[in-house]
Amino acid sequence: MDIFLLEAVVNGILLGGVLALLALGLNLIFGVIDVVWIAYAELVMCGMYAIYWLYAVHGVPLFLAAPMAIVFVAILGMLVHKLIISPILGSAPINQLLATGGLLFFLQSFATLLFGADFRNIGLRLPIIEIGDLFISFARLMAFSVALLGMVVLWLFLKRTYVGTAIRAIAQDREIMVLMGVDPKRVYLITSALGGGLAGLASALLVLQYDVHPFIGLSFGPITFMICVLGGLGSMIGGFVAAFIMSQIISVGGFYTSIELSYVLAFLLFIVMIFVRPQGLFGVKS
Amino acid sequence: MLEVSGLEAGYGSFRALHDVSLTVAAGEAVAVVGPNGAGKTTLMRTVSGLLGRRAGRIVFEGTDLATVPPHRIVELGIAHVPENRRLFPRLTVEENLKMGAFSPAARPHFAERLEWVYSLFPRMRERRAQVAGTMSGGEQQMCAIGRALMSKPKLLLMDEPSAGLAPVIVDQVFDLVRRIRQEGFTVLIVEQNVRQVLELVDRAYVLEVGTIGKSGTAAELKSDPAIREAYLGI
Amino acid sequence: MKIAWTLLGAALLLPPFLPISEYTLHILILVLLWAFVYTAWTIMGRFGLVSLGHGAFLGLGTYATALLWNHWGLTPWLGLPLGIATAVLVALVIGYPCSRFKVVGHYFALVTLALTEVVRLSIVAWRDVTGGSLGMTPDLVPANSLMALQFTRITWYWVALGVWAVGLVIWHRVDRSMTRSAMDAISDDETAAAAVGIDVTRQKLTVTIISAALTALGGGLIGQYQMYLNPETMAGVGVSLQIVFAAISGGMYVILGPTVGAVLTIVLQEFLRVLFGTHFIGAAPTIYGIMLILFIIFMPTGICGVVAERMRRKRA
Repeated sequence: MDIFLLEAVVNGILLGGVLALLALGLNLIFGVIDVVWIAYAELVMCGMYAIYWLYAVHGVPLFLAAPMAIVFVAILGMLVHKLIISPILGSAPINQLLATGGLLFFLQSFATLLFGADFRNIGLRLPIIEIGDLFISFARLMAFSVALLGMVVLWLFLKRTYVGTAIRAIAQDREIMVLMGVDPKRVYLITSALGGGLAGLASALLVLQYDVHPFIGLSFGPITFMICVLGGLGSMIGGFVAAFIMSQIISVGGFYTSIELSYVLAFLLFIVMIFVRPQGLFGVKS
Repeated sequence: MLEVSGLEAGYGSFRALHDVSLTVAAGEAVAVVGPNGAGKTTLMRTVSGLLGRRAGRIVFEGTDLATVPPHRIVELGIAHVPENRRLFPRLTVEENLKMGAFSPAARPHFAERLEWVYSLFPRMRERRAQVAGTMSGGEQQMCAIGRALMSKPKLLLMDEPSAGLAPVIVDQVFDLVRRIRQEGFTVLIVEQNVRQVLELVDRAYVLEVGTIGKSGTAAELKSDPAIREAYLGI
Repeated sequence: MKIAWTLLGAALLLPPFLPISEYTLHILILVLLWAFVYTAWTIMGRFGLVSLGHGAFLGLGTYATALLWNHWGLTPWLGLPLGIATAVLVALVIGYPCSRFKVVGHYFALVTLALTEVVRLSIVAWRDVTGGSLGMTPDLVPANSLMALQFTRITWYWVALGVWAVGLVIWHRVDRSMTRSAMDAISDDETAAAAVGIDVTRQKLTVTIISAALTALGGGLIGQYQMYLNPETMAGVGVSLQIVFAAISGGMYVILGPTVGAVLTIVLQEFLRVLFGTHFIGAAPTIYGIMLILFIIFMPTGICGVVAERMRRKRA
């Protein structure tokens, strides 16, 4: 195999890890609260700016700045739920989607207000690893590993703890949760914080590889929704697999054509898939 | 233990219950019987907090349930085995049981109660790792009862435990209920299967289109000519 | 009611004769053209087809017109219809399976979102021809050329007023036609609608085609008026959401709703822009974003929806 193609495949896998993390966060929120946060990727942008601000502007070490950013975005997630979703939980789903669309505008503009529209870089140079003729960016490798680790931790949380089990249960039967002594409002809030936390983690991984600017969410947001739907909205395993399919299309497609056309390809595949298999790869047919 | 008085409840503009009063004393087993659509399920849902009440009072061991948020009612000691079992279909049996022990008071006792439920229903121990939705109806009913027992309730509400099950399984389910009684639980049970449930309980109420009609001991109702004709088919 | 419409019509004929600034006239033209696009969106949106993909139609209309003009010298009089035809074709290719496979709600929104991104990214990718994300400018001719569809501001005002009025007439006719009662039934309960013999697919496709065609027309005209095209502002998620928000904040169930939405959003944006000047870049859209959220939470039927509801209650 062509070494550059191999590199594209490897990069695709590495990208897939972070996309899977994002899809997982969005899926969690969709599965539990039944809303699509259109502004999910903008929360990632907020996290990236937080790290930039802490690390590059104020010199807070990265190993401190990253957890702080995760907490910050987790709190943002809770605020999104409390201030925007919770008041309109009973209205048409499309309204909730649009309200978070308003949030998208808000966050983009607010970031512009605070930081301007320039591309910002945390200015950290990480080494390139050479394996034979293969060049792999250390930042990407680390992002991939940490993303996987994050997903394992989340999985253990969902599997082992009471709250985690409740989060999985609530998507299966919302109404009777009360009989179990579960306060759905609390579960929603915890889920929103978790979703935010995952976005925060993703932001810490992405800021190592990409410049941050107010509109960076647009480069991750749409593809994340597509991955969730492709995997089956609410299905976490499906989202995981779909993330790697999409990332391969983007990476290998980008290798053969251009990055934009590879996204076009990914979106077209998504459109076709939704007609052929609307419940997604691993979705449950309702 | 449970006093319901002047209860009114419904969905939207539909009033399913009006002026329902009943009591359940500690250690008793009480049935509510009646035709389809009489409001039996509504009654159970209102007591356990799934549905808000419009008027009247529900008092459990001296606490007015109106003052308690719905998700805390289980902590007071009321567990509800809902109509159609309502297990979490994609969770395992053990995870379903774990959800039954969700309330803070129950969590420390999870291991011992799990052991206890498994000893009551050895079948559940065999199926502990199976996904609940793939079990047979009778097994699911066991799991649903087990889940309710995990909170060690003082009062167990059971809504049509025999519904949708094959006759052989129905007998098994009624055996289960009998065993739960023997364990000393107070039970309020709603059933369509009037003949079998009257063999099981101390007293019964007849719910007719939203309000209580007759009531009395099981023996009284069994010998009541109107009941015999309407529900026992004699 | 008739008097109100006559007064409104008369008032709209006045601006070119009034001593108002070029800037004010410019805002009026923008409001009319965008109001036309928003009106086009509601023709679909009000029947439960909440499309996040209208940026695609807008982009196709505007880029087809400008590209054909710049590269082949084809007059917009042919370019626009070709752009519209492309948009309609795309609308059919997406709309038919959506209707056939009952893709609704979240899923419909996301499919259309993917579509709009496909168009935006294609424009960016085809940068040799389209100028990519830097945007492009239609080749200039001396002002007021009918062939080139390039006019002075005053002429543009008449053009904008004309298409806006046509948009309202079409909205009204769709509203009046049989389609409406059928579509109301569809958006409430599709199975029930099919049961009473309404051809759901056909009705859905009809409104989709009308909406896509008008949006492409609006896009083409906006491109010609602004003389500058950019994939971010004329295609993609951003503009799609802008369309949806304006239509919703004005009210999509009332004929003048989208127009009120256009007035509100454009005047608000301009006001905030002037207010903050170049000091706080981003302050204007920040406030705009907050207002959008508040609108959806507290006024989901839009300004006109609330007003109409009040009037109905007063009468009753």
